[in-house]
Amino acid sequence: MTESANGEQDTRIGVFLVDDHGLFRAGVRAELERAVPDVEVVGEAGSVEEAVAGIRHLRPDVVLLDVHMPDGGGAEVLRRIRPELPDVVFLALSVSDAAEDVIAVIRAGARGYVTKTISGRELADAVRRVHTGDAVFSPRLAGFVLDAFSDRPGAAPHSDPELDMLTPRERDVLRLLARGYAYKEIAGELFISVKTVETHVSSVLRKTQMSNRYELSRWASDRRLV
Amino acid sequence: MGCVNASPTSVRPSSAPPLVRWRNGRFVAGVAGGVADHLGVPVLWVRVAFAALAVVNGAGIAAYGLLWMFVRQEQDDVERELSPVERQQAFGLAALGIAVAFAGSAIGSPIVGWVVGPLGVAAIGAAVVWREADESQRRRWTEGALQTSRSTKLRVIAGALFVAVGITVFLLANLELGQLQFAVLAVVSTLAGVAVITVPWWLRLVRDLGEERRERIIEAERAEIAAHLHDSVLQTLALIQRQADQPREVVRLARGQERELRAWLYGPTGYGRRGGGDPALESGFTEALTKAAAEVEDTYAMDVRPVVVGSDRPLDDGLRALLLAAREAMVNAAKHSGAAEISVFAEIEPAEVNVFVRDRGVGFDPAAVPEDRHGLAESVRGRMERHGGTVRLRTAPGEGTEVHLRMPVEEKPDEEESP
Repeated sequence: MTESANGEQDTRIGVFLVDDHGLFRAGVRAELERAVPDVEVVGEAGSVEEAVAGIRHLRPDVVLLDVHMPDGGGAEVLRRIRPELPDVVFLALSVSDAAEDVIAVIRAGARGYVTKTISGRELADAVRRVHTGDAVFSPRLAGFVLDAFSDRPGAAPHSDPELDMLTPRERDVLRLLARGYAYKEIAGELFISVKTVETHVSSVLRKTQMSNRYELSRWASDRRLV
Repeated sequence: MGCVNASPTSVRPSSAPPLVRWRNGRFVAGVAGGVADHLGVPVLWVRVAFAALAVVNGAGIAAYGLLWMFVRQEQDDVERELSPVERQQAFGLAALGIAVAFAGSAIGSPIVGWVVGPLGVAAIGAAVVWREADESQRRRWTEGALQTSRSTKLRVIAGALFVAVGITVFLLANLELGQLQFAVLAVVSTLAGVAVITVPWWLRLVRDLGEERRERIIEAERAEIAAHLHDSVLQTLALIQRQADQPREVVRLARGQERELRAWLYGPTGYGRRGGGDPALESGFTEALTKAAAEVEDTYAMDVRPVVVGSDRPLDDGLRALLLAAREAMVNAAKHSGAAEISVFAEIEPAEVNVFVRDRGVGFDPAAVPEDRHGLAESVRGRMERHGGTVRLRTAPGEGTEVHLRMPVEEKPDEEESP
C-alpha cells in the first residue's frame, strides 16, 4: 500500500489501526485523514489474528494499537509480530488509565502510550514522533514511570543500577513532561538541546522496558508478560 | 471494554482438557474415559492399562479407586454412546483385571484365600458408599436439592458394616492376639473403616460448597456491575441523547461520566482496587486533588488532567491549604487563560509536596495586575504563606501561565510507608 517501492520519494507515514471497536477505528481514520496530509491509514484490524496477518502483509510504518482486546490485546500482538518485524513502530492507544496496563504495553515493546481522548492533531503528532524514533510520553505515562522508579523506603534493592535507576537529568525531564511541557519547552527550561531531551526520553523508555525493578516486573507479571 | 472472555477455558486453548470423570458413555465410573481425554489417547488403551496394572498387587484397581475418589465428575452433559461391543470389551477387561489381581496374590501367598474373601466384601461395601455419594451429587445438579432418603442412609450404614465385618474377619483369621488386644483392634479398625468410607463423601461436599460459593460471588459481582452501569452510564447516555443539540453540554456530560467510571474502575478506592486500598487514605491528598480538578472541569467545561506522583498522604492543615490554593490556581486558569486544557502535576515527596498548575493560554504581566484583583494574591499566596509554603509564578503575555506551589510536610514515620 505504501508507495515506497517506486522511485518517487513518499514521505507519508503508513498507519495501521488495531482496535476491536469498528466505530472507534472509523473515527480515528476520519480524523487522521481529514486533519493530517502526511499520515495515511493503510489498513485496520479488529482482532489479534487479523492484526498479525495485516501487519505482516502491509508492513506499515506505525501501528496504533488498542490495549484491551479479546484474546490477549495489544501486548499479544506485540509479542507475536515484533520479533519478526522489528522496524514497525507501535504506539499504544487506550481508554485505560491503569498503571499496569500502561507499563505492560510499554514493556511489551510499544514506543509510546496515548489515551483515546487525544485530539486528531495531537495523535498525528505522536505518530510522527514515534515514526522518527522518539518515544511518546504523555504526562500521565511520565507520572507512572516516575512513580515506578521512585525510591520509596522498602523498595527492593537494584540488581542492575544501570537499568534500575533514572539519572537526575532523566528525572528532571520526566517531571517537566508530567507538568505538560513540550520537548522544546523542556530544552529551554533545562538549557539543553531538543536532541538531548529526545535522548533522555528514549533512555527512560529503554529502562522502562528492560529494567527488572520490582515495581515494573510486578506490573508486568500481573499481566503475564514476563 | 469488549474483552470479556466467553469461558475460562478459552484462556488456555493449548493445554490438555482437565481431568474429569465421564458422565455419559461410561462403564464403571468414567475414570478411564476421563483419563483418555486428558491424555489424548483412545479409551481402550487406558482400560487395558488399568487391567494390566492389576497384576501388580492390584495396583490398577487401587489406582482406579483413587481416581474415582479424588477426580470430580464433568459438569456438562456431553453426548457419548457406549456401544455394545465397547461395553463387552470394558466388562471383559474389568473382570480380567479383578481376576488377575486375585490370581496374582493367590500365587504369591498361601493364606490368600482368607484375605481375598473378606477384603472383597470390604471393597464391595466401600464401592456401594462411593457410588451413593456420586448419585447424591448428581441429584443435586439436576434437582438443585439434596434429599437424604432412608435408602441413602441404609446404604451408607450397610457399606460401613461391610467394611467393619471385612476387617474384623481379616484380623480374626490372620493374627493371633490376646482377647483384649483383639477387641481394641477390631473397634479401631471398624472406626477407621467408617472414616475411610466417608472420606470421598466429605471431599465432594467441601468441593461442591466451594463451587457454589464461587458462583454466588460471581453472581453478586455481576449484579453490582450491572447496577453501577445502570445508575451511571445509562443515565448519562440518556441525558446526552436529550441534549444532543448542545455540544458543550454533551462534552461536559461525557467527560464527567468518563471520569466517574474511570475512578470507579481504576481509582485508589475504586472497583478494580478493592481490598488493596488503604482506608485511611480514602480522603488522601491524591483523591482530594483529583476531585478539585474534576470540579473545575465540570464548572468551566474544560480539560483538567491531574497527574499525581508519590505515595499518598492523609490531608493535614498544610496540605488542605495547598489543595485550596491549587484549586484557586486552576479556577484562575480556567477563567482567564482562554486555553482549552490545564495541566496539573503534583509530586508528593517525603519532606514536601509540589503542585504545578499550567496552562498554555494568554498569560499576563504580573506587575500590571490591579490592586483590587485579589484572586491570586490573597487566596493563593496568602493561604500558602500562612502554612509555611511558597508560591512561584511564571507568566508573560502570550506565554501561558504556570503556578508552582510548594508546601513542606512532616516526614512520615517509616512503618506507615509500607504500601
